[in-house]
Amino acid sequence: MEIYELTVHELLEKLDKKEITKKEILTSFQNRIKEKEKDVQAFITITDKQAEEQLEEIEKENITTRLAGLPIGIKDNICTKGVKTTCASRMLENFISPYDATVMEKINDEKMVSLGKLNMDEFAMGGSTEHSYFKKTKNPWNLNKVPGGSSGGSAAAVAAGLVPWALGSDTGGSVRQPASFCGVVGLKPTYGLISRYGLVAFASSLDQIGTLTKDVEDAAILLNVIAGHDEKDTTSATREKIDYTKVLNKGVKGLRIGIPKEYFGDGINKEVKEAINKVIKQYQDMGAIVEECSLDVADYALATYYIIACAEASSNLGRFDGIRYGYRTKEFSNLKELYKNSRSEGFGEEVKRRIILGTYVLSSGYYDAYYKKAQQVRTLVKNEFEKNFKKYDVILSPTAPNVAFDLASKIDNPLEMYLADVCTVPVNIAGLPAISIPCGVNSEGMPIGFQLIGNHFEEATILNVAHAYEQERKFRQNYKPEFKK
Amino acid sequence: MQVSKEEILHIAKLADLNLQEDEVQKYRENLEEILNYANIVNNAPINGLEETISIDNECNVFRKDEVKQTSTLEELLQNAPDSQNGMFKIPKVIN
Repeated sequence: MEIYELTVHELLEKLDKKEITKKEILTSFQNRIKEKEKDVQAFITITDKQAEEQLEEIEKENITTRLAGLPIGIKDNICTKGVKTTCASRMLENFISPYDATVMEKINDEKMVSLGKLNMDEFAMGGSTEHSYFKKTKNPWNLNKVPGGSSGGSAAAVAAGLVPWALGSDTGGSVRQPASFCGVVGLKPTYGLISRYGLVAFASSLDQIGTLTKDVEDAAILLNVIAGHDEKDTTSATREKIDYTKVLNKGVKGLRIGIPKEYFGDGINKEVKEAINKVIKQYQDMGAIVEECSLDVADYALATYYIIACAEASSNLGRFDGIRYGYRTKEFSNLKELYKNSRSEGFGEEVKRRIILGTYVLSSGYYDAYYKKAQQVRTLVKNEFEKNFKKYDVILSPTAPNVAFDLASKIDNPLEMYLADVCTVPVNIAGLPAISIPCGVNSEGMPIGFQLIGNHFEEATILNVAHAYEQERKFRQNYKPEFKK
Repeated sequence: MQVSKEEILHIAKLADLNLQEDEVQKYRENLEEILNYANIVNNAPINGLEETISIDNECNVFRKDEVKQTSTLEELLQNAPDSQNGMFKIPKVIN
């Protein structure tokens, strides 16, 4: 196996045995980027030269912390001091954050080195990464397909071996769905486990930073780095620190898994259903107790999601006025025109659509009909999950109703694109942790993922359950992206 | 669910966006379609349920009000499209 194909824990083992050097690791990813980035188009900004300098510094100072010098990729909505953070938008095309996001401080404390900033849907709004102002990222399994979104650059970069692992963000499935489309592991932690300070806000009550990795153990290692309370984010939780690498290998014997029947209806592709049924069988064989359950809120949750997320987005994106930072129009004769023209020229089509929807549902006369009801449905969704978690340790479903679709096939139909989020969105509505794990490919060779949902702050449980499956069904050994043209 | 052209223009005004004629038509159709779907929240059994504002139910998170140096003036102005004498510069607002 080439170095760029290895997981981070495999790299660490080889480093421990002195079989490879940190320099060789970095070079392997640099060469891989040179070879494959032109096909995949995962990066907005590549910083491999800075990474090289940082590594030289690390070696000169003889820093030997475990992850020092190991590369990582960062979604381009996470603020990085001194390096552009564009959110894949014309609005922030030249924006250089004056500070680091808290997760970046943690990454920097470990002395990890960033290979660059990864493509995404503009302001994380979308499920295909086609809404990027800069470029369209391709799915490494088939270059005519989307990588999913909005963390499509992060998922594609990990799948293609351009970075060993990456950070993404998940507001309605934006880590899990692209992970599923690209055959990698995507973890969306509990709302509050990771500080959102320095994550450019889309929908603040739903946003959460997550990880894209080659396997579950790597997700645990990276979660160890980024989790924890931060006084700069008042919604970040104060919890005792857990070593997530120590919770794996506990097995699933006697563990109770609920399978919500609503996620196996007509809307779910037949091959996806078949793959998930095999996963269920696997868990039964390993001694888990699997039962059908009901989560009769999926449709409500999706409608509620688009009301709440757009409402919060319309408010959050109000800050982009062309004055303190971001794009400023050349055409204006007064302040109002400056605002309006800057926003109209700086935002892309999907962002404007969501601002309009969000402004509509918050506007006088419609607030009670939409926003207030959506907030009540949110309680309903939370209660429904609570009920299920009294009976089950985890809930298992497909991550997405289908595999990665063709580029440009859904771009003109926003509602159809939104409906693809039906399996992932309820998790954000209730603030729960969930993980997507690859479980096979369809007849066209495109990856399929399944999702495990845990109760609040039960990352340890879902990581263990995911790991148990992964040890039995070795997806990475059996399937590889082929860069089909 | 019908959304009129006037409503779209009103919403665009509230959101500080200019819309071209074709955008008005497109967003009107999109909004109607999405709202028709979103109307299913009206069928949800939510009578008597409280609204969930945030999932952690925490309120009033306090910290000491301390002065800390975070970024420098220079850093904060580096992204400004226009600035002068250490201040953001905007068009004249008083005649």
